[in-house]
Amino acid sequence: MSGTMQDEPLFEVRDLRVAFGKHGNFHEAVRGISLSVNPGEVLGIVGESGSGKSVGMLAAIGLQSGNARVSGSVRFRGRELIGLPNSELRKLRGSRIAMIFQDPLSSLNPVMTVGNQLSEAILLHNKDLSKKAAMRRAEDLLALVAIPQPDRRLQQYPHEFSGGMRQRVMIAMAVANDPDLLIADEPTTALDVTVQAQIMEVLAELQERLKLGLILITHDLGVLAGHADRVAVVYSGQVIEQAGVDDLFARPNHPYTRGLIASIPNMAEEKERLFSIEGTPPALGQFPRGCAFNPRCVEAQDICRQLAPPIHRLGDHTAACHFAAGTVEDTR
Amino acid sequence: MLSYILRRLIAMPFLILGIVTLAFLLTTVVKGDPLSAIVSERQMNNPEVVAAAKARWGLDKSLPERYAIYVTNLLKGDMGTSFITRRPVAQDVMYRLPATMELVLSAMLIGSVVGITLGVTAAYFRDTAIDHSARFFALFGSSIPVFWLGLALLYLTSVKWGILPGSGRVDARAALPPVVTGFITIDALLAGNFKIFVDALWHLILPSLVLGWTVAGTISRLVRANMLEVMGREFILTARAKGAGELRVVIRHALRNTLVPTLTVIGYSFAYLLTGAVLTETIFSWPGMGSYAVDAARGLDFPAIIGVTIVGGVIFLLTNLATDIAYVVANPRVRLG
Ligand SMILES: Nc1ncnc2c1ncn2[C@@H]1O[C@H](COP(=O)(O)OP(=O)(O)OP(=O)(O)O)[C@@H](O)[C@H]1O
Ligand SMILES: [Mg+2]
Repeated sequence: MSGTMQDEPLFEVRDLRVAFGKHGNFHEAVRGISLSVNPGEVLGIVGESGSGKSVGMLAAIGLQSGNARVSGSVRFRGRELIGLPNSELRKLRGSRIAMIFQDPLSSLNPVMTVGNQLSEAILLHNKDLSKKAAMRRAEDLLALVAIPQPDRRLQQYPHEFSGGMRQRVMIAMAVANDPDLLIADEPTTALDVTVQAQIMEVLAELQERLKLGLILITHDLGVLAGHADRVAVVYSGQVIEQAGVDDLFARPNHPYTRGLIASIPNMAEEKERLFSIEGTPPALGQFPRGCAFNPRCVEAQDICRQLAPPIHRLGDHTAACHFAAGTVEDTR
Repeated sequence: MLSYILRRLIAMPFLILGIVTLAFLLTTVVKGDPLSAIVSERQMNNPEVVAAAKARWGLDKSLPERYAIYVTNLLKGDMGTSFITRRPVAQDVMYRLPATMELVLSAMLIGSVVGITLGVTAAYFRDTAIDHSARFFALFGSSIPVFWLGLALLYLTSVKWGILPGSGRVDARAALPPVVTGFITIDALLAGNFKIFVDALWHLILPSLVLGWTVAGTISRLVRANMLEVMGREFILTARAKGAGELRVVIRHALRNTLVPTLTVIGYSFAYLLTGAVLTETIFSWPGMGSYAVDAARGLDFPAIIGVTIVGGVIFLLTNLATDIAYVVANPRVRLG
């Protein structure tokens, strides 16, 4: 919990938009996301599957797929990344900004030893380091993420590692060059429940130790309660609420967030019936008129079906709902 | 992995014996009279020759005995005497096999390099004009008949434009370097004879291009499909997120992952190239096994036909073995199993 508002933002995303398609027929998957991360701060991004969390963060560091069109602004330490040539982005990726992915089973190269993959990450950004020195550093990294017998493990291939161990390797690789920002895209979703907690622990400890700015993407608001400083709630490619974590849980200002909180298992008062939000999020290119959440919102009124909601602000707590508390601040 | 390779090696002699047995049976079914598979028609009424052949191959003995004699002769490297060249078939083969191997191997090299390059490029630029032209170029090679392509290119390059020599392995007037490997290019280099080396290489280019092109299409199609699949996997994203450049992502991460199927298709294309060599050698007057086989078939030169069958079959077995072993070695998952 080291992030405070007086720091200059480490990573600042303004009105990021990502559209997919071709021949002029584009559909926006990310529709104007704005968020920021201060140095050493943990920002949680929570949202349902398909809400554009991955697409948005990938596009922010220039890793969008070929059929994507990206606009908006992404500043890393004040430097604009959108429109930066790939050669420049490459210098940042893996050195200043690292990213780990959802599925540790497929995010390591199956035909390269773990040692070679780790040392590659090191050598790419330390051109005059020897291969041997890089391997030694790789061994230290494996020890750092608490993988036993790191010297032996370096020689092995990914399929000789369990899912949790592979995610540890991914984490080790991500912090190889002591980055300022780590984007962890659902780092535990694909893992067993028992392993999930261990991986979160490793991440949290490294975050603290290395003073990492961390963007923690998840489906599970519950995970963020213990690990995030601030939370951005994403729905249909937009941030619908953003606040400090305690503030968010104490005073959720958007019906969707309230629904998410109510559906966290150990937070629900009554154990018999777990709350879940009715319906499914709109498909790409089929967003309803007005507020994207209105068809599923229990509090929806006529205005919600007509007008996109403005952003309401209460200190550093923002919410995009017609009925949210706070003063209107339309930045959309 | 070792036990797998060992098992395959142990199986080899039996497979080779199978080929030999088939070849032997071929001698027994020819025209009903095994003698006619060993002695040419012209020599049939020469009692001396007939008697010698009968003794050497045990023709008056029973079938099992003849089989034993046949295998023994073969083990001694005796495959009979060619009706046409009047030389021992084994000797002809020793002379012609390197010519074919030189052609087929360089065709394989060209086919692989062209095929992999086209496949990778097409996949990387999927659905663009680059992809379409690469695929057209590859398809062209594998759908145009070898003899047509060969004759057309031969006509253009050597008759019309005169930029490449016509046929054969080297200039007919050239003094050949001492035989070491039987590959004229390599032997010339070993002998330090650069002039012959260039000349041989010059002769080699067109036939191996024509032959190699036929498999480049198959290889590129497979590489393209595999590359598309691999480039969509998450570890490619990991590589990019590390800060790897596109060339490194494509070659080291993606292409390496298609290595196993690529090696396999290249290995199996060898058999196809051996067959294709028959036509190519005929068109380019290449003194290899292919043209030897054609001459033998035309002249009903049975000892030669049988010799070519055995040698071809054994080569086929060996390349399949090499391919399968390469498959195991290149695949870490199989390797440990
Ligand atoms: N390359 C692409 N082409 C077209 N549409 C895409 C592409 N990649 C993602 N999408 C679409 O963009 C939307 C957002 O996807 P994204 O992967 O960002 O969701 P997510 O919030 O990360 O979900 P999850 O929690 O399942 O990972 C989805 O509707 C998805 O189908
Ligand atoms: Mg995702």
